Amino acid sequence: MSDSKPIFDEMYNADGSVRPAYADYCDWFDQQDEKALRRKHLDAESSFRRTGITFNVYGEDEAEERLIPFDMVPRIIAADEWRRLKRGIEQRVSALNAFIADLYHRREIVKAGRLPERLLRNNDAWLTNMVGFTPPGGVYTHIVGIDLVRTGPDDFMVLEDNARTPSGVSYMLENRETMMAMFPELFSQVRVESVSNYPQRLARSLAACAPPATKGKPVVAVLTPGIYNSAYFEHAFLADQMGAELVEGSDLRVIDGRVAMRTTRGYQPIDVLYRRVDDEYLDPLSFNPASALGVPGIMDVYRAGGITIANAPGTGIADDKAIYSFMPEIVEFYTGEKPLLSNVPTWRCSEPDSLAYVLDNLAELVVKEVHGSGGYGMLIGPTSSKKEISAFAQKLRAKPHNYIAQPTLALSTVPIFTRAGLAPRHVDLRPFVLVSPKGIEITPGGLTRVALKKGSLVVNSSQGGGTKDSWVLED
Amino acid sequence: MLGRTANGVFWMARYLERAENTSRLLEAGFRMALTRDAEASHDEWRSLIATVGFTHGFEAANGSDYSGERVWNFLLRDKANPGSVLAMIEAARTNARAVRTALTREVWEAVNESWMHLREALARPVREAALGLVLATIRRQMTMVRGAMDGTMLRNEIHNFSRIGTFIERGDNTARILDVKYYVLLPSLAWVGSSLDNVQWESVLRSVSGERAYRWLNAGAMDPRGIAEFLVLDQRFPRSLAFCIDKLRSNLRGLAHEYGHETSAHELLRALGTQFHEAGIDQIFESGLHEFIHEFIAANQQVALAIEADYRFVA
Repeated sequence: MSDSKPIFDEMYNADGSVRPAYADYCDWFDQQDEKALRRKHLDAESSFRRTGITFNVYGEDEAEERLIPFDMVPRIIAADEWRRLKRGIEQRVSALNAFIADLYHRREIVKAGRLPERLLRNNDAWLTNMVGFTPPGGVYTHIVGIDLVRTGPDDFMVLEDNARTPSGVSYMLENRETMMAMFPELFSQVRVESVSNYPQRLARSLAACAPPATKGKPVVAVLTPGIYNSAYFEHAFLADQMGAELVEGSDLRVIDGRVAMRTTRGYQPIDVLYRRVDDEYLDPLSFNPASALGVPGIMDVYRAGGITIANAPGTGIADDKAIYSFMPEIVEFYTGEKPLLSNVPTWRCSEPDSLAYVLDNLAELVVKEVHGSGGYGMLIGPTSSKKEISAFAQKLRAKPHNYIAQPTLALSTVPIFTRAGLAPRHVDLRPFVLVSPKGIEITPGGLTRVALKKGSLVVNSSQGGGTKDSWVLED
Repeated sequence: MLGRTANGVFWMARYLERAENTSRLLEAGFRMALTRDAEASHDEWRSLIATVGFTHGFEAANGSDYSGERVWNFLLRDKANPGSVLAMIEAARTNARAVRTALTREVWEAVNESWMHLREALARPVREAALGLVLATIRRQMTMVRGAMDGTMLRNEIHNFSRIGTFIERGDNTARILDVKYYVLLPSLAWVGSSLDNVQWESVLRSVSGERAYRWLNAGAMDPRGIAEFLVLDQRFPRSLAFCIDKLRSNLRGLAHEYGHETSAHELLRALGTQFHEAGIDQIFESGLHEFIHEFIAANQQVALAIEADYRFVA
């Protein structure tokens, strides 16, 4: 860690006393027998295997299904902390949606000189097919995941916006189910806000965005790339919980101006498609012609009001990390308010002064690709070797506009349960947000990701991170 | 429901049934090998491979070495055998995963657990001392899946498609056993009453786990005509051809009821059913048991293909 600022632990104060949000939990924990807890932990793992809550790791054997390690110590957020976070998230998400709408229409923010136009040019996430088109209900980002990190009691920051296809919500739900099955008595002692109605809310929220062509009750379907996709479990889980069909590209075709699925009774039109397939693969006629995952012609149907695609194509522009660096301005521009949630300080390597600073301080910084995700293609200065750093510096010099840099944050810690008892590990939080014409809904808590290695700051499941149940305490 | 889902449920059920049938066949073969001399058991193992239709693949890998250990490992777990029990369980589980939303949580977990247990049990070559236990494990796991289906699935089209898959496969299996062993059941003056006959007959019954039921129904007396009648026409025995047809009929009726109309599959099955209804075992023997079985296998397959097409399993 570059600075000497102490790491904030969410359970224990520096003097060893328990922070108020964790008081009830710690009372309970102190009465538990460690051996019994360890046994329960093994039970939980075998239950995850049995239920098939697994994910596939890219680049590995296709048959390889891994568990995301689950830690049984919950991450606890006090009611008042959550109220503040919630307001900040709401503000940010409504700004995001207004921002995307503006980008594809009048581009007021560019005209006002608050966002450089070059960020949109040559940006792969930018879709010209979306220009001038308004999706049903005016909603672009139906489902958003806002990644938050914390560095102190009152210091929450947004690390990333996931406006494309945020994943992980099934783990949020399953983690809670597992905790309730393992420790039912705990939930009668500590009042925790429920998360279990997320799938019903999602179904309602999607149905509220039905397109003009809808007749009767909207038909919702989840589009998955298939069983070998890393998040297939989640796709199946959500479809199942919503009572929606889980479809693949090969089940769909355009018939009479609608996207229809092949059922045992013939083709049936779909009104709302919750797609877990990237823009690029959505329509071989409009985008990647080699894609077998999408539906030829779906973009034409979409533009004619025959279907709602959630999230809207082209929302990925908001996930761009160069755009992220402008989020404070973006929030202010569209809401007329100061942002309630701050950004992590970010250097845009496309700017010569910033680049020079970043190159001089690589060993202290985290450098990310502007289009990257999942922890791939990034440099974490403090844990990298000299060789790795100089190799990265070369890439950076060659394509500076492709990178942003951030300070290595002293992420907060929450204890995990190890062989040697409780031990602090760094965490982040991804709350899940639903947007419909009826408003914005945020499920209390979200998914807490935790770095399992001591001192590690990488929480991504693809890089060996785990998850925790996340509690928001009732008032 | 999606056509692809119907397809997945149908094949999941078929693969599970096939895995179970193979384990029952092996059980009969193993029993025979323990009670007979080397040559007879060699023949029994050979006929087992023929029954599942993998003579070519087996001999490509093993030549004509039909020793028990080679045969059961080939049928249980050999990578060269696309129809091995392990491959079937894996295929069933892959299908279950793809149609996860059509299954109850309990059914999915039962299938997933079976796969986990059997992958473990079949990770290494199975030795003679362990074979009994492995076969029992397979049957127990399949029973768990069946129990979960019976106890938790809605009696709707999804259930119908899975039951149809089960009984198409089961009828095919019983018919294939008869196809390979029909000569044992033909009237032959020379063999009547010999102990060899008794053993052969019993092995036919054992390969569909029907020896106890048959004895019970016939007070212990074995005769080839009675055995053929039992396996082909007895509606009480859950692995007889008539029983399978009856179950196909009731599940197709369920679909017709739910969809409001019949399809070409209903017609084909009706024709097959009539043939069974009218046939007595004497008549079957007269016109040729072997031909009768062949026709059944073909007609059963036609019904399966018609269902796939009528209900849009594939685009």
